[in-house]
Amino acid sequence: MTVAPPLALGDAGLGRDPAARRRLGNALLAVVLLWPLLQLAEFRPAALFEAGNLAVMKGFLAGFMPPARSPEFLGMLLKATLETLAIATAGITLALLLAAPLAVTATRALSVSAIGPGPGRRRGLAMRGACRALLTMLRAIPEIIWALMFVRVLGLGPAAGVLALAITYGGMLGKVYAEILESTDTRPARALLQSGSGRFAALAYGLIPNAAQELTSYTVYRWECAVRASVIMGFVGAGGLGQLMDQSMKMLNGGEASSILLVFLLLVLLADAISAGLRKALA
Amino acid sequence: MSFVTHQLGLVHGNGLRALHGLDLSLARGERVAVIGPSGAGKTSLIRLLGCALRPSSGRVELLGCNPWQLSAAELRRLRARIGTIHQAPPIPPRLRVITAILAGRLGTWPAWKGLASLLYPADIAGAQQVLARLDLADRLFDRCDRLSGGQLQRVGIARVLYQQPELILADEPVSALDPTLADAAIGQIVADAERRGAGVLASLHAVDLALKWFPRVIGLRGGEVAFDLPAARVDTAMLRELYAGEGSVVPTQGNDPDLLLGLADAELAPTDARVVHLDSCRGRG
Repeated sequence: MTVAPPLALGDAGLGRDPAARRRLGNALLAVVLLWPLLQLAEFRPAALFEAGNLAVMKGFLAGFMPPARSPEFLGMLLKATLETLAIATAGITLALLLAAPLAVTATRALSVSAIGPGPGRRRGLAMRGACRALLTMLRAIPEIIWALMFVRVLGLGPAAGVLALAITYGGMLGKVYAEILESTDTRPARALLQSGSGRFAALAYGLIPNAAQELTSYTVYRWECAVRASVIMGFVGAGGLGQLMDQSMKMLNGGEASSILLVFLLLVLLADAISAGLRKALA
Repeated sequence: MSFVTHQLGLVHGNGLRALHGLDLSLARGERVAVIGPSGAGKTSLIRLLGCALRPSSGRVELLGCNPWQLSAAELRRLRARIGTIHQAPPIPPRLRVITAILAGRLGTWPAWKGLASLLYPADIAGAQQVLARLDLADRLFDRCDRLSGGQLQRVGIARVLYQQPELILADEPVSALDPTLADAAIGQIVADAERRGAGVLASLHAVDLALKWFPRVIGLRGGEVAFDLPAARVDTAMLRELYAGEGSVVPTQGNDPDLLLGLADAELAPTDARVVHLDSCRGRG
């Protein structure tokens, strides 16, 4: 058996991965930065398993059994579920209307002036920057704050939740849409822009066909998040399952709360099924 | 003129000099092939002429205007008059063939027409007719990910033929096609350009194709023009010098046993055995 001669390169030669030292350094830096953060967040998982705390949790969870099944409550539950679905769907639809134009303006993937670079580059940069700033502002304020404000303006009920979702989720969808469009293969859109087609045409013929699946799956995931968020907003009076949950918790009725939680589980499963179906249809 | 360049140069962001001091011009309706070893700057030249890159030095004039002095709207109209056939067809795999072809006219269609055409194809007959010329008529409603590499490359050609540009730029347009199909595809590009009086500049890997279909050949080497001659005056010695860095093997379509021998024994075979097809190809078509 012949043995290949060793690479006579020495310690500092090309026989080593030149990126190894930097990788190790970055990993150590991450640990050093994370440690104080965990301290600050009072992260002490062992506390969960102390005898007293275990008893408290057991008592809390035992109160949830059995789930409430009275026809009267189920009727209310059904109405609240439909209301939650309506809030989430209407909120996401409005958010979509807000996000789509902002994402198309903000994404670098549809920049005509970047080709060359051509005229209007500075204006394009400014437009994209402004859109990104607007998207950041929309999503920086949590939906619960918007909901508190709109409940004061519009009174208790779903309308406040819908508006709050539209604003915050518009910001999130817009940012992620813009980034999804940038991370798919942008050559088809570039080629179209390079042969004189407009931005919307380049989007429809060059980017959407590649990005449709990811855009859909992120949108459905956000719809699922909107279902959950509508619950939190229900606590401040924005209607739906949250409002029902709020009442049950205030009356210390764990059975009703667990029925509501089961509905949540079903809604998340539903969102998963919708997402899988749509992705299959778009494959 | 289709295009005129003055001392055209391009330096990439990493400092690599791709093109240097090119003085080229192409009359309306004229056809020229660009040949040269890999890294000679063929693709860079096509990107400069296709308004995809701004030159680092010198000037370029396309269809009578300097693209980089135009407003955004004028530049867009100019771009719609130039069609680039890319070596790797820039077509999303999920697109249907008909959509990929109709996309050729997005530069001239109003926005509403482009979007409406996604709901129902705006010009089925037109796309069908172009596709038939490339022997793919039966794949009109197939998705592009069902096509082979060679078929997809022909769809890319069909898109540009459907665009009906005044200047066709082709970057190794038949690199994925077998010799017979490559010959036929170049023939269709040439016939289309002749019928409409469009200029053609095509970079080609196969020298025999260049000599057969193009009355004029530019040899590019190291980012500079090695020769710019009528095809009839390109001789074996020039070609060997052009490809000197690649063992003086002049690339051809490679369907000839003698040629294969020449490729395999580049060092040993006599000069004449390395370059075949030249005489047999010249002046045809």
